[in-house]
Amino acid sequence: MTDKILKAMTPKRKTAVNGKSPAMTYFVVLAAYAVLELCIKTGIMSSHLQGLLVPMVYYAIVAVGLNICVGILGELSLGHAGFMCIGAFGSAVFSLLTDGVLPDGLRFLLAFLVGVALATLFGFLIGIPVLRLNGDYLAIVTLAFGEIIKNLLNALYLGIDENGLHASLSNQMALGLSPDGKMLINGAMGVSGTPHDANFTISMVVLLIALFLAQNLVHSKHGRAIMAIRDNRIAAESIGINIVRYKMQAFTISAAIAGAAGVLFSHNISTLQASSQYFGYNVSIMILVYVVLGGIGNLRGSVIAASILYLLPELLRGLNKYRMLIYSIVLIVVMIFNWAPAAIAWRENLAAKFKAARKENV
Amino acid sequence: MALLEVNNLCISFGGLRAVDDFHMTIEKGQLYGLIGPNGAGKTTVFNLLTGVYAPNEGRIILDGQDITGHKTIEINQDGIARTFQNIRLFSQMPVIDNVKAALENQYSYSLFDSLTHLGKFRQVEKEITERSMDLLKVFDLDRFAETLASNLPYGQQRKLEIARAMATNPKLLLLDEPAAGMNPNETAELMKTIELIRDKFGITILLIEHDMKLVGGICERLTVLNFGRVLCEGPTKEVLSNPEVIKAYLGDE
Ligand SMILES: Nc1ncnc2c1ncn2[C@@H]1O[C@H](COP(=O)(O)OP(=O)(O)OP(=O)(O)O)[C@@H](O)[C@H]1O
Ligand SMILES: [Mg+2]
Repeated sequence: MTDKILKAMTPKRKTAVNGKSPAMTYFVVLAAYAVLELCIKTGIMSSHLQGLLVPMVYYAIVAVGLNICVGILGELSLGHAGFMCIGAFGSAVFSLLTDGVLPDGLRFLLAFLVGVALATLFGFLIGIPVLRLNGDYLAIVTLAFGEIIKNLLNALYLGIDENGLHASLSNQMALGLSPDGKMLINGAMGVSGTPHDANFTISMVVLLIALFLAQNLVHSKHGRAIMAIRDNRIAAESIGINIVRYKMQAFTISAAIAGAAGVLFSHNISTLQASSQYFGYNVSIMILVYVVLGGIGNLRGSVIAASILYLLPELLRGLNKYRMLIYSIVLIVVMIFNWAPAAIAWRENLAAKFKAARKENV
Repeated sequence: MALLEVNNLCISFGGLRAVDDFHMTIEKGQLYGLIGPNGAGKTTVFNLLTGVYAPNEGRIILDGQDITGHKTIEINQDGIARTFQNIRLFSQMPVIDNVKAALENQYSYSLFDSLTHLGKFRQVEKEITERSMDLLKVFDLDRFAETLASNLPYGQQRKLEIARAMATNPKLLLLDEPAAGMNPNETAELMKTIELIRDKFGITILLIEHDMKLVGGICERLTVLNFGRVLCEGPTKEVLSNPEVIKAYLGDE
């Protein structure tokens, strides 16, 4: 059923969505970076808005990750906030453990790798049983996974002292930390004191790397196999494509990218809590909305949709009463622009005209 | 030695014996037809040969190797490729990528190379593209290389499915009603294509078809299936003039 829904949600186009030129995507991201950076440097941008930039970018990154799963592989995941959560907590704990021990740059680089590795591992572990099945199991299992991870981390107490790591699921006292021990995860209070290693520039670099990997994947042998499975599993099998292997690869990469966004999350916030507001299923669904509105399988669209749809409600805070109204209207307009056959035809016509004009100029 | 030897193949779905005691011998290089009325079990035979279903009984020997019970993916590597009665293309991918996807097991580079486009990526991709273009040219599809598969005209979609199957370098090609839904012109063109690939690639072809002009025109031998059982078998001319066969098609008077 999932594939039918996803198919119904994929607009009929003349050309492959994934065929979009990768160079253009990097250009859009770099141009946006230059403009925003200029606004910061010249002091035009309010500090409130500046504070929204890093979250905007990490949501764009998760959206790219989720689009690999939903758009390229054609499997629905409702637990990408869970992978983000794992990346966030894993890297935050690592940073706390090594704070003051390692030089800042190296510490963040390693924390980044730890967060990504953990998310990859969990993606792999979930994939092993679920991706062997054909059906809607992934959506259900990832939904449960996201909630379990969040609740588990909410109840987890983790500390370290000279005797090593102590963990408990009941309370802080049960850890029995010695006086000079250090709390790492304090139950629902979460992780505090993670160094602020993430900033706008670093986040943009991570976004570019994620886009680079994702777009390269699409235009490669592995990507073709993954998309072949998406388009027709039975035909893919008939030409000797190993279904489970490629599904695992796509899903694991997708989880890894969500983990990378999580690392940026935890290194941009003073107190990291596994609350529903940040890592609940509603967040997973919000990311899915970015992907759907940006265009399933359209990586550049994911970045643009995530950025606009994340910033919009925040920017509209001043308009209190009308805020959600305007937000809804924008959702509908974007939906129509992206999905209505007439709008697609119009856009493709326009693009063709541009191309023709450019040829004439040369 | 025969390329394909099938003996006593049986499968039941619930109480229905869809295929019963099926047997068939195909020599290398032959163009062989499998015919029979609707619901006779022809597609089910293809599904048995390609491991979509495991037979309840019977043996399938391909080129001297027992492939009974192999999975679909292995069967493709054993040397059988197929097309489908209801076209199954990778519809959201360009025509050329449909063929490239089928080269999957013949060219390799690592996932890391895929993600970074480093290492062997450039060289191997160049070879893959050349091979795919060559194949598309054989089927006169090269001018559609960048078209989305779902936007191809119907007749070309059927040809693309054959091209994709051929890309896996099979010893035996199974075509399930390749002319279904085609107009006479398209059918005539298809017949030429089928003969061309048999001659150019020296490949053995087994096809299911209802179009008797096509069957009579290109098949050398036929097996007729009726209610899951082999009704008769032999050279095309003999089979088509067999009163039993005519009765099976026209029904009892
Ligand atoms: N997976 C299945 N489960 C149950 N019954 C099946 C299955 N596959 C095929 N059958 C039945 O087996 C019989 C043979 O079907 P098959 O599709 O092989 O016929 P066919 O000869 O290809 O017919 P057509 O010319 O219409 O394509 C039919 O009665 C069909 O309903
Ligand atoms: Mg059939």
